[in-house]
Amino acid sequence: MMNYSAGEAVDKASTRGAAATAAVTAQNLTATRGDRQVLRGLDFTVPAGRITGLLGPSGCGKTTLMRTIVGTQAKVTGTLQVLGRPAGDPALRSRIGYVTQAPSVYDDLTVRQNLDYFAAVLLPGRAHRHDRRTAVDRAIEDVDLADHAGSLAGRLSGGQRSRVSLAVALLGTPELLVLDEPTVGLDPVLRRDLWNLFHRLAAERGTTLLVSSHVMDEAERCHRLLLMREGEILAEDTPEALRRRNDTATVEEAFLHLVDAANTRAAQAARAARGTEATTEEPRP
Amino acid sequence: MNANRTLATSARVLRQLRHDPRSIALMLLVPCLMLFLLRYVFDGSPGTFDSIGASLLGIFPLITMFLVTSIATLRERTSGTLERLLAMPLGKTDLIAGYALAFGLVAVLQSVLATGLAVWFLGLDVIGSPWLLLLVALLDALLGTALGLFVSAFAASEFQAVQFMPAVIFPQLLLCGLFTPRDRMAPALEAISDVLPMSYAVDGMNQVLRHPDVTGDFVRDALVVAGCAVLVLGLGAATLRRRTA
Repeated sequence: MMNYSAGEAVDKASTRGAAATAAVTAQNLTATRGDRQVLRGLDFTVPAGRITGLLGPSGCGKTTLMRTIVGTQAKVTGTLQVLGRPAGDPALRSRIGYVTQAPSVYDDLTVRQNLDYFAAVLLPGRAHRHDRRTAVDRAIEDVDLADHAGSLAGRLSGGQRSRVSLAVALLGTPELLVLDEPTVGLDPVLRRDLWNLFHRLAAERGTTLLVSSHVMDEAERCHRLLLMREGEILAEDTPEALRRRNDTATVEEAFLHLVDAANTRAAQAARAARGTEATTEEPRP
Repeated sequence: MNANRTLATSARVLRQLRHDPRSIALMLLVPCLMLFLLRYVFDGSPGTFDSIGASLLGIFPLITMFLVTSIATLRERTSGTLERLLAMPLGKTDLIAGYALAFGLVAVLQSVLATGLAVWFLGLDVIGSPWLLLLVALLDALLGTALGLFVSAFAASEFQAVQFMPAVIFPQLLLCGLFTPRDRMAPALEAISDVLPMSYAVDGMNQVLRHPDVTGDFVRDALVVAGCAVLVLGLGAATLRRRTA
Protein backbone atom coordinates (compact mmCIF):
# COMPACT_ATOMS: atom_id res chain seq x y z
CA MET A 1 0.00 0.00 0.00
CA MET A 2 2.88 2.35 0.80
CA ASN A 3 4.66 1.43 -2.40
CA TYR A 4 2.57 2.00 -5.43
CA SER A 5 4.07 -0.46 -7.89
CA ALA A 6 6.90 -2.63 -8.94
CA GLY A 7 9.61 -0.93 -10.96
CA GLU A 8 10.87 1.00 -7.99
CA ALA A 9 14.35 -0.42 -8.48
CA VAL A 10 14.36 0.75 -12.08
CA ASP A 11 13.19 4.15 -10.95
CA LYS A 12 15.97 4.43 -8.38
CA ALA A 13 18.60 3.45 -10.90
CA SER A 14 17.38 5.83 -13.57
CA THR A 15 17.05 8.84 -11.31
CA ARG A 16 20.08 8.28 -9.13
CA GLY A 17 21.91 11.09 -10.89
CA ALA A 18 19.03 13.45 -10.16
CA ALA A 19 18.40 12.09 -6.66
CA ALA A 20 20.59 14.72 -5.05
CA THR A 21 18.53 17.51 -6.59
CA ALA A 22 15.00 16.05 -6.79
CA ALA A 23 12.83 16.07 -3.67
CA VAL A 24 9.88 14.44 -5.43
CA THR A 25 9.96 12.17 -8.47
CA ALA A 26 6.77 10.82 -10.02
CA GLN A 27 6.39 8.30 -12.80
CA ASN A 28 3.09 7.33 -14.38
CA LEU A 29 1.24 8.53 -11.29
CA THR A 30 -2.53 8.07 -11.25
CA ALA A 31 -5.16 8.66 -8.57
CA THR A 32 -8.83 7.77 -8.62
CA ARG A 33 -11.61 9.39 -6.61
CA GLY A 34 -14.91 7.55 -6.93
CA ASP A 35 -14.95 6.37 -10.54
CA ARG A 36 -13.15 9.46 -11.85
CA GLN A 37 -9.44 9.38 -12.63
CA VAL A 38 -8.21 12.65 -11.10
CA LEU A 39 -4.52 12.19 -11.94
CA ARG A 40 -3.80 10.60 -15.32
CA GLY A 41 -0.32 9.15 -15.53
CA LEU A 42 1.82 12.07 -14.35
CA ASP A 43 5.60 12.27 -14.74
CA PHE A 44 7.37 15.15 -13.04
CA THR A 45 10.09 16.10 -10.57
CA VAL A 46 10.17 18.72 -7.83
CA PRO A 47 13.73 20.03 -7.37
CA ALA A 48 15.09 20.16 -3.81
CA GLY A 49 15.60 23.50 -2.08
CA ARG A 50 13.55 25.42 -4.66
CA ILE A 51 10.03 26.80 -4.87
CA THR A 52 7.90 24.89 -7.33
CA GLY A 53 4.54 26.38 -8.25
CA LEU A 54 1.68 24.02 -9.06
CA LEU A 55 -0.70 25.97 -11.24
CA GLY A 56 -3.93 25.20 -12.96
CA PRO A 57 -7.67 25.95 -12.91
CA SER A 58 -9.68 24.77 -9.90
CA GLY A 59 -10.72 21.15 -10.15
CA CYS A 60 -7.70 20.15 -12.25
CA GLY A 61 -6.30 17.84 -9.55
CA LYS A 62 -3.85 20.09 -7.68
CA THR A 63 -5.12 19.16 -4.22
CA THR A 64 -5.23 15.44 -5.06
CA LEU A 65 -1.65 15.62 -6.32
CA MET A 66 -0.55 17.31 -3.10
CA ARG A 67 -2.38 14.75 -0.96
CA THR A 68 -0.68 12.01 -2.95
CA ILE A 69 2.75 13.45 -2.20
CA VAL A 70 1.91 13.87 1.49
CA GLY A 71 0.59 10.29 1.54
CA THR A 72 -3.02 10.89 2.58
CA GLN A 73 -4.57 10.02 -0.79
CA ALA A 74 -5.97 6.52 -1.26
CA LYS A 75 -6.22 4.63 -4.58
CA VAL A 76 -2.93 5.74 -6.12
CA THR A 77 -0.89 3.82 -8.68
CA GLY A 78 2.50 4.51 -10.28
CA THR A 79 5.81 5.41 -8.69
CA LEU A 80 6.22 8.34 -6.35
CA GLN A 81 9.47 8.93 -4.47
CA VAL A 82 9.43 11.66 -1.83
CA LEU A 83 12.71 12.60 -0.13
CA GLY A 84 14.16 9.27 -1.21
CA ARG A 85 11.32 7.12 0.12
CA PRO A 86 8.01 5.91 -1.30
CA ALA A 87 5.23 8.45 -0.64
CA GLY A 88 3.30 7.72 2.55
CA ASP A 89 6.27 6.03 4.28
CA PRO A 90 5.85 6.52 8.05
CA ALA A 91 9.42 7.90 8.27
CA LEU A 92 8.32 10.83 6.10
CA ARG A 93 5.64 12.04 8.51
CA SER A 94 7.99 14.28 10.48
CA ARG A 95 9.87 15.46 7.38
CA ILE A 96 6.93 16.90 5.44
CA GLY A 97 4.81 19.91 6.38
CA TYR A 98 1.38 20.05 4.75
CA VAL A 99 -1.01 22.97 4.81
CA THR A 100 -4.49 22.23 3.52
CA GLN A 101 -6.52 24.86 1.72
CA ALA A 102 -8.92 25.32 4.63
CA PRO A 103 -6.96 26.14 7.81
CA SER A 104 -6.81 23.03 9.99
CA VAL A 105 -6.34 24.31 13.51
CA TYR A 106 -8.36 24.11 16.72
CA ASP A 107 -10.63 27.15 16.86
CA ASP A 108 -11.15 26.78 20.60
CA LEU A 109 -7.44 26.99 21.42
CA THR A 110 -5.18 30.02 21.31
CA VAL A 111 -2.53 30.34 18.61
CA ARG A 112 0.20 29.33 21.04
CA GLN A 113 -1.80 26.41 22.47
CA ASN A 114 -2.37 25.11 18.95
CA LEU A 115 1.32 25.24 18.20
CA ASP A 116 2.26 23.79 21.59
CA TYR A 117 0.12 20.73 20.93
CA PHE A 118 1.36 20.05 17.40
CA ALA A 119 4.92 20.61 18.61
CA ALA A 120 4.33 17.99 21.32
CA VAL A 121 3.21 15.54 18.65
CA LEU A 122 6.34 16.19 16.60
CA LEU A 123 8.81 16.37 19.51
CA PRO A 124 7.24 14.51 22.44
CA GLY A 125 8.67 14.27 25.91
CA ARG A 126 10.09 16.44 28.65
CA ALA A 127 13.58 16.27 27.17
CA HIS A 128 12.47 18.33 24.17
CA ARG A 129 10.70 21.01 26.18
CA HIS A 130 13.23 23.66 25.31
CA ASP A 131 13.35 22.70 21.61
CA ARG A 132 9.57 22.84 21.48
CA ARG A 133 9.45 26.33 22.94
CA THR A 134 12.08 27.55 20.47
CA ALA A 135 10.25 25.94 17.53
CA VAL A 136 6.90 27.46 18.58
CA ASP A 137 8.40 30.94 19.08
CA ARG A 138 10.13 30.79 15.72
CA ALA A 139 6.98 29.59 13.90
CA ILE A 140 4.95 32.44 15.41
CA GLU A 141 7.66 34.92 14.32
CA ASP A 142 7.82 33.37 10.84
CA VAL A 143 4.15 34.04 10.12
CA ASP A 144 4.18 37.37 11.96
CA LEU A 145 1.53 36.51 14.55
CA ALA A 146 3.44 37.45 17.72
CA ASP A 147 0.76 40.03 18.57
CA HIS A 148 -1.97 37.39 18.41
CA ALA A 149 -0.24 34.47 20.13
CA GLY A 150 -2.73 34.61 23.01
CA SER A 151 -5.88 34.93 20.88
CA LEU A 152 -8.27 32.07 20.21
CA ALA A 153 -7.78 30.83 16.65
CA GLY A 154 -11.54 31.00 16.10
CA ARG A 155 -11.52 34.75 16.80
CA LEU A 156 -8.88 35.53 14.18
CA SER A 157 -9.57 36.70 10.65
CA GLY A 158 -9.49 34.20 7.78
CA GLY A 159 -6.01 35.27 6.70
CA GLN A 160 -4.68 35.06 10.24
CA ARG A 161 -6.11 31.58 10.73
CA SER A 162 -4.49 30.33 7.55
CA ARG A 163 -1.19 31.71 8.85
CA VAL A 164 -1.64 29.75 12.08
CA SER A 165 -2.14 26.68 9.93
CA LEU A 166 1.08 27.52 8.06
CA ALA A 167 2.93 28.05 11.34
CA VAL A 168 1.96 24.51 12.43
CA ALA A 169 3.53 23.15 9.25
CA LEU A 170 6.76 25.08 9.90
CA LEU A 171 7.19 23.62 13.41
CA GLY A 172 9.43 20.65 12.77
CA THR A 173 11.61 22.46 10.18
CA PRO A 174 10.30 20.11 7.46
CA GLU A 175 12.48 19.37 4.45
CA LEU A 176 9.46 19.51 2.19
CA LEU A 177 6.60 21.98 2.57
CA VAL A 178 3.42 21.29 0.61
CA LEU A 179 1.17 24.35 0.61
CA ASP A 180 -2.32 24.22 -0.91
CA GLU A 181 -3.34 27.74 -2.02
CA PRO A 182 -1.65 29.47 0.94
CA THR A 183 -2.29 33.01 -0.30
CA VAL A 184 -5.97 32.72 -1.21
CA GLY A 185 -8.01 35.60 0.19
CA LEU A 186 -5.00 37.52 1.52
CA ASP A 187 -4.38 41.20 0.90
CA PRO A 188 -1.45 42.16 -1.37
CA VAL A 189 0.84 43.15 1.51
CA LEU A 190 0.39 39.82 3.29
CA ARG A 191 0.81 37.94 0.05
CA ARG A 192 4.10 39.68 -0.58
CA ASP A 193 5.23 38.95 2.99
CA LEU A 194 4.36 35.26 2.65
CA TRP A 195 6.22 34.95 -0.63
CA ASN A 196 9.23 36.60 1.01
CA LEU A 197 8.95 34.00 3.77
CA PHE A 198 8.80 31.18 1.22
CA HIS A 199 11.96 32.46 -0.45
CA ARG A 200 13.66 32.82 2.92
CA LEU A 201 12.74 29.21 3.81
CA ALA A 202 14.20 27.94 0.55
CA ALA A 203 17.34 30.05 0.75
CA GLU A 204 18.15 29.88 4.48
CA ARG A 205 16.74 26.52 5.59
CA GLY A 206 17.08 24.67 2.29
CA THR A 207 13.38 23.80 2.38
CA THR A 208 11.75 22.43 -0.76
CA LEU A 209 8.40 24.13 -1.36
CA LEU A 210 5.52 22.97 -3.52
CA VAL A 211 2.96 25.78 -3.64
CA SER A 212 -0.34 25.51 -5.47
CA SER A 213 -2.21 28.52 -6.76
CA HIS A 214 -4.72 29.44 -9.38
CA VAL A 215 -3.51 33.04 -9.40
CA MET A 216 -1.11 33.22 -12.29
CA ASP A 217 0.78 36.33 -11.19
CA GLU A 218 2.18 34.26 -8.33
CA ALA A 219 3.76 31.99 -10.91
CA GLU A 220 6.42 34.60 -11.58
CA ARG A 221 7.63 34.28 -8.00
CA CYS A 222 8.42 30.55 -8.33
CA HIS A 223 11.70 29.02 -9.40
CA ARG A 224 9.92 26.36 -11.36
CA LEU A 225 6.39 25.63 -12.49
CA LEU A 226 4.16 22.66 -13.04
CA LEU A 227 1.18 23.63 -15.15
CA MET A 228 -1.76 21.28 -14.73
CA ARG A 229 -4.97 20.81 -16.65
CA GLU A 230 -7.60 18.08 -16.20
CA GLY A 231 -5.34 15.68 -14.33
CA GLU A 232 -2.38 16.04 -16.66
CA ILE A 233 0.86 18.00 -16.54
CA LEU A 234 0.71 20.49 -19.39
CA ALA A 235 4.21 21.89 -18.93
CA GLU A 236 7.10 21.67 -16.50
CA ASP A 237 9.71 24.42 -16.67
CA THR A 238 11.00 27.71 -15.29
CA PRO A 239 8.77 30.78 -15.72
CA GLU A 240 11.29 32.40 -18.12
CA ALA A 241 11.51 29.30 -20.31
CA LEU A 242 7.72 29.00 -20.45
CA ARG A 243 7.34 32.61 -21.53
CA ARG A 244 10.13 32.32 -24.09
CA ARG A 245 8.97 29.02 -25.55
CA ASN A 246 5.40 30.22 -26.05
CA ASP A 247 6.55 33.69 -27.06
CA THR A 248 4.39 35.44 -24.47
CA ALA A 249 4.95 38.30 -22.03
CA THR A 250 3.51 36.54 -18.95
CA VAL A 251 3.15 33.02 -17.61
CA GLU A 252 -0.61 33.51 -17.67
CA GLU A 253 -0.57 34.02 -21.43
CA ALA A 254 1.76 31.04 -21.85
CA PHE A 255 -0.62 28.92 -19.83
CA LEU A 256 -3.66 30.03 -21.84
CA HIS A 257 -1.73 29.36 -25.03
CA LEU A 258 -0.93 25.83 -23.83
CA VAL A 259 -4.51 25.20 -22.71
CA ASP A 260 -5.91 26.32 -26.06
CA ALA A 261 -3.45 24.07 -27.89
CA ALA A 262 -4.42 21.12 -25.66
CA ASN A 263 -8.14 21.82 -26.20
CA THR A 264 -7.65 21.91 -29.96
CA ARG A 265 -5.75 18.62 -29.84
CA ALA A 266 -8.52 17.04 -27.74
CA ALA A 267 -11.21 18.29 -30.11
CA GLN A 268 -9.30 16.98 -33.11
CA ALA A 269 -8.87 13.60 -31.45
CA ALA A 270 -12.58 13.45 -30.68
CA ARG A 271 -13.45 14.38 -34.26
CA ALA A 272 -11.05 11.77 -35.60
CA ALA A 273 -12.66 9.14 -33.34
CA ARG A 274 -16.11 10.07 -34.63
CA GLY A 275 -14.75 10.02 -38.18
CA THR A 276 -13.48 6.47 -37.91
CA GLU A 277 -16.83 5.41 -36.44
CA ALA A 278 -18.58 6.95 -39.43
CA THR A 279 -16.34 5.22 -41.96
CA THR A 280 -16.77 1.83 -40.31
CA GLU A 281 -20.52 2.26 -40.47
CA GLU A 282 -20.56 3.40 -44.09
CA PRO A 283 -20.30 -0.01 -45.80
CA ARG A 284 -23.61 -1.04 -44.28
CA PRO A 285 -26.53 -0.87 -46.70
CA MET B 1 1.88 4.14 21.09
CA ASN B 2 3.74 6.91 22.86
CA ALA B 3 2.74 7.97 26.38
CA ASN B 4 3.92 11.56 25.91
CA ARG B 5 1.89 12.04 22.75
CA THR B 6 -1.16 10.50 24.47
CA LEU B 7 -0.80 12.85 27.44
CA ALA B 8 -0.26 15.85 25.16
CA THR B 9 -3.48 14.92 23.35
CA SER B 10 -5.43 14.61 26.62
CA ALA B 11 -4.07 17.96 27.78
CA ARG B 12 -5.09 19.53 24.50
CA VAL B 13 -8.64 18.12 24.69
CA LEU B 14 -9.01 19.38 28.27
CA ARG B 15 -7.61 22.78 27.26
CA GLN B 16 -10.23 23.01 24.51
CA LEU B 17 -12.89 22.15 27.06
CA ARG B 18 -11.60 24.84 29.43
CA HIS B 19 -12.35 27.48 26.81
CA ASP B 20 -15.96 26.31 26.95
CA PRO B 21 -17.10 26.70 30.58
CA ARG B 22 -20.75 26.39 29.67
CA SER B 23 -20.26 22.83 28.42
CA ILE B 24 -18.36 21.93 31.58
CA ALA B 25 -21.17 23.30 33.72
CA LEU B 26 -23.79 21.38 31.74
CA MET B 27 -21.83 18.14 31.93
CA LEU B 28 -21.32 18.38 35.66
CA LEU B 29 -24.58 19.88 36.82
CA VAL B 30 -27.28 18.30 34.65
CA PRO B 31 -26.89 14.79 36.16
CA CYS B 32 -27.08 16.28 39.66
CA LEU B 33 -30.21 18.20 38.75
CA MET B 34 -31.84 15.04 37.33
CA LEU B 35 -31.09 13.07 40.49
CA PHE B 36 -32.46 15.89 42.59
CA LEU B 37 -35.67 15.94 40.54
CA LEU B 38 -35.95 12.15 40.71
CA ARG B 39 -35.60 12.15 44.48
CA TYR B 40 -38.66 14.35 44.86
CA VAL B 41 -40.63 12.73 42.05
CA PHE B 42 -40.44 9.51 44.10
CA ASP B 43 -40.88 11.33 47.40
CA GLY B 44 -43.49 8.78 48.55
CA SER B 45 -41.54 5.65 47.54
CA PRO B 46 -37.86 5.84 48.51
CA GLY B 47 -37.35 2.22 47.39
CA THR B 48 -38.05 3.21 43.77
CA PHE B 49 -35.63 6.15 44.05
CA ASP B 50 -32.92 3.76 45.29
CA SER B 51 -33.19 1.42 42.34
CA ILE B 52 -33.76 4.00 39.58
CA GLY B 53 -31.27 6.44 41.11
CA ALA B 54 -28.53 3.81 41.20
CA SER B 55 -29.24 2.80 37.60
CA LEU B 56 -29.11 6.41 36.47
CA LEU B 57 -25.74 6.91 38.15
CA GLY B 58 -24.51 4.37 35.61
CA ILE B 59 -26.43 5.75 32.65
CA PHE B 60 -25.61 9.47 32.94
CA PRO B 61 -21.87 9.19 32.32
CA LEU B 62 -22.52 6.88 29.37
CA ILE B 63 -24.90 9.32 27.67
CA THR B 64 -22.89 12.48 28.41
CA MET B 65 -19.61 11.02 27.25
CA PHE B 66 -21.24 9.56 24.16
CA LEU B 67 -22.54 12.97 23.12
CA VAL B 68 -19.40 14.89 23.99
CA THR B 69 -17.04 12.46 22.28
CA SER B 70 -19.08 12.00 19.13
CA ILE B 71 -19.29 15.76 18.58
CA ALA B 72 -15.65 16.39 19.53
CA THR B 73 -14.25 13.73 17.20
CA LEU B 74 -16.62 14.75 14.45
CA ARG B 75 -15.28 18.30 14.72
CA GLU B 76 -11.78 16.88 14.57
CA ARG B 77 -12.68 15.06 11.37
CA THR B 78 -14.46 17.97 9.66
CA SER B 79 -11.99 20.71 10.67
CA GLY B 80 -9.12 18.91 8.94
CA THR B 81 -7.11 18.59 12.16
CA LEU B 82 -7.56 14.81 12.12
CA GLU B 83 -6.05 14.58 8.65
CA ARG B 84 -3.23 16.84 9.77
CA LEU B 85 -2.55 14.75 12.88
CA LEU B 86 -2.56 11.51 10.92
CA ALA B 87 -0.07 13.02 8.46
CA MET B 88 2.16 13.64 11.51
CA PRO B 89 3.96 10.99 13.56
CA LEU B 90 0.93 10.43 15.83
CA GLY B 91 -0.31 6.89 16.44
CA LYS B 92 -4.04 6.24 16.13
CA THR B 93 -4.00 4.72 19.60
CA ASP B 94 -2.29 7.87 20.94
CA LEU B 95 -5.22 9.92 19.70
CA ILE B 96 -7.92 7.55 20.94
CA ALA B 97 -6.29 6.95 24.30
CA GLY B 98 -5.80 10.71 24.62
CA TYR B 99 -9.50 11.31 24.13
CA ALA B 100 -10.50 8.45 26.42
CA LEU B 101 -8.19 9.72 29.16
CA ALA B 102 -9.38 13.34 28.95
CA PHE B 103 -13.07 12.51 28.91
CA GLY B 104 -12.53 9.75 31.48
CA LEU B 105 -11.21 12.45 33.81
CA VAL B 106 -14.29 14.60 33.24
CA ALA B 107 -16.43 11.52 33.84
CA VAL B 108 -14.73 10.87 37.18
CA LEU B 109 -15.52 14.42 38.24
CA GLN B 110 -19.12 14.09 37.06
CA SER B 111 -19.58 10.75 38.80
CA VAL B 112 -18.05 11.94 42.06
CA LEU B 113 -20.46 14.86 42.15
CA ALA B 114 -23.53 12.80 41.19
CA THR B 115 -22.73 9.85 43.46
CA GLY B 116 -21.82 12.11 46.38
CA LEU B 117 -25.03 14.07 46.02
CA ALA B 118 -27.16 10.93 45.73
CA VAL B 119 -25.59 9.03 48.63
CA TRP B 120 -24.98 11.80 51.15
CA PHE B 121 -27.62 14.39 50.42
CA LEU B 122 -30.53 12.63 48.73
CA GLY B 123 -30.46 9.55 50.93
CA LEU B 124 -29.78 6.96 48.24
CA ASP B 125 -29.62 3.74 50.24
CA VAL B 126 -26.61 1.75 49.04
CA ILE B 127 -25.65 -1.43 50.89
CA GLY B 128 -22.34 -1.87 49.04
CA SER B 129 -19.44 0.56 48.80
CA PRO B 130 -19.97 3.91 47.01
CA TRP B 131 -16.47 3.38 45.53
CA LEU B 132 -17.85 0.50 43.51
CA LEU B 133 -20.63 2.76 42.21
CA LEU B 134 -17.89 5.13 41.11
CA LEU B 135 -15.95 2.33 39.42
CA VAL B 136 -18.97 1.26 37.37
CA ALA B 137 -19.73 4.89 36.50
CA LEU B 138 -16.18 5.30 35.21
CA LEU B 139 -16.40 2.15 33.10
CA ASP B 140 -19.72 3.40 31.72
CA ALA B 141 -18.11 6.71 30.83
CA LEU B 142 -15.37 4.86 28.95
CA LEU B 143 -18.00 2.87 27.10
CA GLY B 144 -19.80 6.10 26.19
CA THR B 145 -16.53 7.62 24.93
CA ALA B 146 -15.85 4.51 22.86
CA LEU B 147 -19.34 4.44 21.33
CA GLY B 148 -19.21 8.16 20.57
CA LEU B 149 -15.84 7.83 18.86
CA PHE B 150 -17.05 4.92 16.79
CA VAL B 151 -20.34 6.50 15.78
CA SER B 152 -18.70 9.80 14.75
CA ALA B 153 -17.15 7.95 11.81
CA PHE B 154 -20.62 7.45 10.35
CA ALA B 155 -21.89 10.98 10.88
CA ALA B 156 -21.25 13.56 8.19
CA SER B 157 -22.40 16.49 10.29
CA GLU B 158 -23.04 17.47 13.90
CA PHE B 159 -26.73 17.26 13.10
CA GLN B 160 -26.39 13.57 12.23
CA ALA B 161 -24.13 12.90 15.20
CA VAL B 162 -26.80 14.11 17.60
CA GLN B 163 -29.38 11.89 15.86
CA PHE B 164 -27.20 8.89 16.61
CA MET B 165 -27.83 9.44 20.31
CA PRO B 166 -31.47 8.23 20.23
CA ALA B 167 -30.52 5.52 17.72
CA VAL B 168 -27.71 4.02 19.80
CA ILE B 169 -28.65 4.93 23.36
CA PHE B 170 -32.47 4.84 23.57
CA PRO B 171 -32.96 1.16 22.67
CA GLN B 172 -30.42 0.25 25.35
CA LEU B 173 -32.18 2.56 27.80
CA LEU B 174 -35.51 0.82 27.18
CA LEU B 175 -34.06 -2.68 27.42
CA CYS B 176 -31.52 -2.24 30.23
CA GLY B 177 -33.96 -3.04 33.01
CA LEU B 178 -34.49 0.54 34.16
CA PHE B 179 -38.24 0.53 33.49
CA THR B 180 -39.03 -3.10 34.18
CA PRO B 181 -36.88 -6.06 35.22
CA ARG B 182 -35.32 -7.69 32.17
CA ASP B 183 -36.67 -11.17 32.98
CA ARG B 184 -40.22 -9.86 32.72
CA MET B 185 -39.81 -8.64 29.14
CA ALA B 186 -40.86 -10.60 26.04
CA PRO B 187 -38.27 -13.42 25.66
CA ALA B 188 -36.97 -11.99 22.39
CA LEU B 189 -36.34 -8.61 24.01
CA GLU B 190 -34.69 -10.21 27.00
CA ALA B 191 -32.33 -12.03 24.63
CA ILE B 192 -31.48 -8.75 22.92
CA SER B 193 -30.92 -7.03 26.25
CA ASP B 194 -28.46 -9.80 27.14
CA VAL B 195 -26.07 -8.59 24.43
CA LEU B 196 -26.41 -4.83 25.05
CA PRO B 197 -23.68 -3.40 27.28
CA MET B 198 -25.91 -0.95 29.14
CA SER B 199 -27.83 -3.88 30.68
CA TYR B 200 -24.62 -4.89 32.45
CA ALA B 201 -23.91 -1.32 33.51
CA VAL B 202 -27.30 -1.07 35.19
CA ASP B 203 -27.07 -4.58 36.65
CA GLY B 204 -23.67 -3.74 38.15
CA MET B 205 -25.11 -0.67 39.86
CA ASN B 206 -27.95 -2.73 41.30
CA GLN B 207 -25.49 -5.37 42.59
CA VAL B 208 -23.73 -2.65 44.61
CA LEU B 209 -27.09 -1.34 45.77
CA ARG B 210 -28.21 -4.70 47.19
CA HIS B 211 -25.07 -6.53 48.32
CA PRO B 212 -22.52 -5.52 50.94
CA ASP B 213 -19.64 -7.33 49.19
CA VAL B 214 -18.31 -7.62 45.68
CA THR B 215 -20.44 -10.35 44.12
CA GLY B 216 -19.54 -12.63 41.24
CA ASP B 217 -22.25 -10.97 39.17
CA PHE B 218 -20.71 -7.57 39.85
CA VAL B 219 -17.31 -8.75 38.61
CA ARG B 220 -18.93 -10.18 35.48
CA ASP B 221 -20.84 -6.92 34.86
CA ALA B 222 -17.73 -4.77 35.29
CA LEU B 223 -15.71 -7.03 32.97
CA VAL B 224 -18.41 -7.02 30.30
CA VAL B 225 -18.67 -3.22 30.31
CA ALA B 226 -14.88 -2.79 30.28
CA GLY B 227 -14.52 -5.42 27.55
CA CYS B 228 -17.15 -3.72 25.39
CA ALA B 229 -15.43 -0.36 25.86
CA VAL B 230 -12.07 -1.76 24.74
CA LEU B 231 -13.65 -3.57 21.79
CA VAL B 232 -15.50 -0.48 20.57
CA LEU B 233 -12.39 1.69 21.08
CA GLY B 234 -10.56 -0.74 18.83
CA LEU B 235 -13.33 -0.47 16.23
CA GLY B 236 -13.11 3.32 16.57
CA ALA B 237 -9.36 3.20 15.89
CA ALA B 238 -10.07 1.19 12.76
CA THR B 239 -12.29 4.00 11.43
CA LEU B 240 -9.36 6.46 11.51
CA ARG B 241 -7.72 6.26 8.11
CA ARG B 242 -4.42 7.85 7.19
CA ARG B 243 -5.31 7.59 3.54
CA THR B 244 -8.73 8.66 2.34
CA ALA B 245 -10.31 8.94 -1.08
